[in-house]
Amino acid sequence: MSSPSTMSGPRRGHPGAAAVPGPRGVRRVARPRPGRRVALAVFLAPALTLFLLLVIAPIVVASYASLFKWNGFNLPENFVGLDNYLRAFADPVFRGDLWRALLLIVGSLTIQLPVALGLAMLLNQRLAGRSFYRLVFFAPYVLSEVTTAVLFTLVFSPNRGLGDTISRWLGAEAGAIFADPDTVLIGVFLVVSWKYFGLYMILLLAARQGIPKELNEAALTDGATTWQAFRHVTLPLLGPTIRIAVFLSVIGTIQLFDMVWVLTGGGPIHSSETMAVTMYQYGFRRFEVGYASAISIVMFLLSLVFALFYQRVVLRRDTAGALTVQGGQR
Amino acid sequence: MTAHLSRRSLLGLVGAGAGAYLLSGCSGDDESSDPNAPQTINWWHIQNTEPMLPVWAAMAQEYRTAHSNVTIEIQPLENEAFKTKLTTATQAGSPPDLFQSWGGGVLRQQVDAGLVKDLTDDVQPWIGSLLPAALQPYTIDGRIYGIPFDVGMVGFWYNKDLFAKAGVTETPTTWAGVLDTVRKIKAAGIVPIALAGKDKWPAHNYWAYLAMRIGGLSALQQAAETKNFDTPDFVAAGERLKELVDLQPFQRGFLGAEYGSPDGQAATMGNGGAAMELMGQWAPSVQASSSTSKKGIGDKLGFFPFPVVDGGKGAGSEAFGGGNGFAIGKDAPASTVDFLASLLTVDNQRKAAQTGAVLPTVREAASGISDPNNKIVAENLASATGFQLYLDQAYPPAVGQQVNDSVAELIAGTKSPAQIVKDITTVAKSQ
Repeated sequence: MSSPSTMSGPRRGHPGAAAVPGPRGVRRVARPRPGRRVALAVFLAPALTLFLLLVIAPIVVASYASLFKWNGFNLPENFVGLDNYLRAFADPVFRGDLWRALLLIVGSLTIQLPVALGLAMLLNQRLAGRSFYRLVFFAPYVLSEVTTAVLFTLVFSPNRGLGDTISRWLGAEAGAIFADPDTVLIGVFLVVSWKYFGLYMILLLAARQGIPKELNEAALTDGATTWQAFRHVTLPLLGPTIRIAVFLSVIGTIQLFDMVWVLTGGGPIHSSETMAVTMYQYGFRRFEVGYASAISIVMFLLSLVFALFYQRVVLRRDTAGALTVQGGQR
Repeated sequence: MTAHLSRRSLLGLVGAGAGAYLLSGCSGDDESSDPNAPQTINWWHIQNTEPMLPVWAAMAQEYRTAHSNVTIEIQPLENEAFKTKLTTATQAGSPPDLFQSWGGGVLRQQVDAGLVKDLTDDVQPWIGSLLPAALQPYTIDGRIYGIPFDVGMVGFWYNKDLFAKAGVTETPTTWAGVLDTVRKIKAAGIVPIALAGKDKWPAHNYWAYLAMRIGGLSALQQAAETKNFDTPDFVAAGERLKELVDLQPFQRGFLGAEYGSPDGQAATMGNGGAAMELMGQWAPSVQASSSTSKKGIGDKLGFFPFPVVDGGKGAGSEAFGGGNGFAIGKDAPASTVDFLASLLTVDNQRKAAQTGAVLPTVREAASGISDPNNKIVAENLASATGFQLYLDQAYPPAVGQQVNDSVAELIAGTKSPAQIVKDITTVAKSQ
């Protein structure tokens, strides 16, 4: 990602639509008339109720439950304070979950996104069968996670799978990829990447097509090489999209569940387990609901802290005016 | 990388469990003590496919015809879906009226939470007609909380052709014999054993049976009571299992294999890809249905009970297994027990047995068993001198899952026999 070049200069001010209060704009909302208050309440109520019921209430209940040793039956009574949290951070499996999440994040940022970017640039060129390739690369994203996972267990099924057979002609053993604790995480990463690189490719492609041709032409006319034009014109202008892609990727990895559950169940011997899988194991297999709640709260806090930090620090330019009111700019 | 488990659904998931107790006030079943008043029985069972699905339906219809005041709402559920749905319902404090139960640790939790009915007195008139072994998992502190309609045991299912090809003429009767057999089969270039490593529970069968043969039934029961598995007998069980694992007897990629998938343990057996598996009474039918031919290996399939271990305290006639039964929810209407009794008459048990999917628990219904494999299991079970429920069901869920996880670690070679008994003990003590 590039540092803010001259391009972000005019952007920062956002003199356009967002910040200028229209005749019925921002200022009125601050002190609405009584009639509008009612209207506001009526229109907000359904969304607010759902939000409170489906988002806030579970968070509150789960945080409460996480302070108890509780098997889920009747009311929680055995208060243990922060023991569940201490236990999680002392548990080699949960610590492994954190480590694996980090590995997957690093992998997706250094391999998956660059590949998606490269393909997006390639498919932006004039190329025979361009729309066909676009379709093919985007297709995996349309599949559900469970379908994808089942598909790949079949492909890499030992002795029967296509992937296994082909790999054995080549002298490799792809059929063992999900059965070997040392390779299973690589396998999961490949499948997840296969499914999601198309999404990032399409996002980046769309962003690339939003960049006016003239900018690149001007750079080339001024004597920039193709690489320089990409590095100093295209890439900075793709910045907002890349930053959003990184955000989606990290949050998605923290919460990774379905794919792993169906592909490997977290195994063999926990080597592909993620936080969400561990949480499910404890909550629904072992009936240690208190402990599972603690894990879910840790996941939530990790996502929340990352999201806030990222919005505040990295996405600030991109979301200015949309999420924050720029008082000084009015 | 984006997963489709959004934060909302994830927390909803936890919230479903955690928030469930908030709803516990909402149960409101018609709790009439009069068996003649109009009433509805909610029945959840897991025989959601042929052949048992229509049999249950017919039995319910028959009961309704005889008792016009009773309505029976049947909800057939797939096994895993049932577990999840029941977990939510029981945690919300409103179990169905009549529902599938495997007994053991989960039933005990439901008993402790006051969610199921004590049936001891109601069933006294007819409970004597059942096999005592079958009833054991449903008996908690001397009281009966569930009634089994199906019972079976785990043993070795083997491919007679592959045994013959490897020059094995007799099935082994000791653990040393098993190891010898495995060596011979492997030397003949045949995969000796099919195992589903991903599912974990198939591997737990080995460790549990070995512990049972080495320490005897009492060792397993004592471990449950004292919450201590760190004994020489349990360590020895792990060491014997390690002897087997060291021979590398399992099919390629077994750590990633499931039990019932098209390339899993059952399919490997059903396609003739391995010489034996240690599995329950359902093995022949799952082998058949997951094999490529949909027929399995037919009459080439044989059964032998888990052999004794030299110097062990357990007898070869003690069986390890489990079955299916029904428990009755706390708010069930009065005639539920009567309806349950009607499902367990000799006639109805015989009908169930004739499908081949059920091994009857009512002694006199044994004549209804037509499938030869089922007959062998039933005979072994009838002559069993003791019975132990699967450890992952007998013990509290957390301990049972730890047994499964630990045995998987032992088989993968990451933990030693001495380490796994310590891990299991730690979890048992924390319960």
